[in-house]
Amino acid sequence: MISSFDEFYYFALMNQQTLALLKKDILLEFRQKHTFYGILLYIAATIFVIYLSLPESPDAQIWNSLFWVIQLFVCVNAVAKSFLQESKGRMLYFYSIANPAQFIFGKLIFNVLLMLLMSLISLCLFFVFLDNPLSNVFQFAGIVILGGMGISLVFTLMSAIAAKAQQNAALIAILGFPVILPQLLLLMKLSKVAFGEVFREGALFQLAGLTLLMDILVIVLAVILFPFLWKD
Amino acid sequence: MVNKIWWKILSFLLLVYTIVAGFLLPVPRLNILNETIRNLYFHVCMWMGMMVLFAISFYHSVKYLRHQNFRSDIASSSYAALGSFFGILGYATGFLWVNVTWVTDQGQSIGSVLKEPKLIGAAIALLIYGAYFVLRGSFTDIDKRARVSAVYNIFAFAMLFPSIWIIPRLVGSLHPGAPGSDSGNPALDRTDLDSTMRMIFYPAIIGWTLLGVWIATLKIRLELIKNKNIINE
Repeated sequence: MISSFDEFYYFALMNQQTLALLKKDILLEFRQKHTFYGILLYIAATIFVIYLSLPESPDAQIWNSLFWVIQLFVCVNAVAKSFLQESKGRMLYFYSIANPAQFIFGKLIFNVLLMLLMSLISLCLFFVFLDNPLSNVFQFAGIVILGGMGISLVFTLMSAIAAKAQQNAALIAILGFPVILPQLLLLMKLSKVAFGEVFREGALFQLAGLTLLMDILVIVLAVILFPFLWKD
Repeated sequence: MVNKIWWKILSFLLLVYTIVAGFLLPVPRLNILNETIRNLYFHVCMWMGMMVLFAISFYHSVKYLRHQNFRSDIASSSYAALGSFFGILGYATGFLWVNVTWVTDQGQSIGSVLKEPKLIGAAIALLIYGAYFVLRGSFTDIDKRARVSAVYNIFAFAMLFPSIWIIPRLVGSLHPGAPGSDSGNPALDRTDLDSTMRMIFYPAIIGWTLLGVWIATLKIRLELIKNKNIINE
């Protein structure tokens, strides 16, 4: 009886502390606006470079692949710092007040939120600079949300791994790209539906469900594996 | 089982059988493939062996995280190295095969060959294990290296396998059994294969895989001797 109550209490606490950690990350983002604006500027500059380097508005295929490649690089830049910014002393402090599942949950949620914001901003910028070849904008926005989630989840864990190694910034890309590649191919395929391509009956939900399943897999793996990265 | 000798003898006998029977027994005469169909006994087995070796590497990584035994770390990295080596051999044997079938007889461009889903799968696997070794190289602390690389190994392996199952069903393929060809299964379909060839193919898979495990155990023993001063048992 007591043990089940304890477990319940533990989980309630877990939510509370996860929220506290999430709040801390968001507050930190607001306090250190330069990093946030840095990523925004990164997105704007990249898309502007693409705009200048292409002769005219690209066709749907190229638009699609450019969009997803940009998402990948934005994510590396946005999510990379999530573990690198934590100093050793601060990690020790978190270690004493929270358990690893709470900590990684907080980070995952924060990075997903950050990435969603960035994806939607870059989508708007794509519309402004590179036209709009989409036949169904809302469908594509939905796929972007799904994809942004998946990419940021993977790179959060990669960032946690790379933070443990020495030359970390470059390592994130090396570790993350091969892992994210299948998901990215899946997303490119999936997003063709928003360009008016007709899919086989049920194939759309199959692909979307598959992406969602991969996300769940990443979350489960992160919660299982993070405790081993956490203790030093 | 690993220390027993019988499976090494078995591996040797199976490989002798594979090479002798594989080159001498009759094979179906197929258009384009012709005699190169014998490459099945080598090329496909490399791929299978690679997957088994990566799976063993994954198993040792899990074991390391559970018991923090340095031996498991050495085992996991050795099996990963051997798996990558098999992957490269798979590419090499595949390259020979491509040269005389897809490129010359089917007139495929190099670009379409490289976008082959199974090549993408193998490339992802090699990139992942390349990253794994880069990660290992970036640590000076041995315990930390073992722990973090085990975490990456487990994560990457768990992400790799769904992708190997998904991608072939997503992209058109030149390999036999792809969507669009007569059989619907993009993985290996055993009904596709001639019965004489199956008699050599299955033993060949076992033989090559056992050889891979054998080489890996030798590598592990070598590493253990090199690191004798760290292991205190």
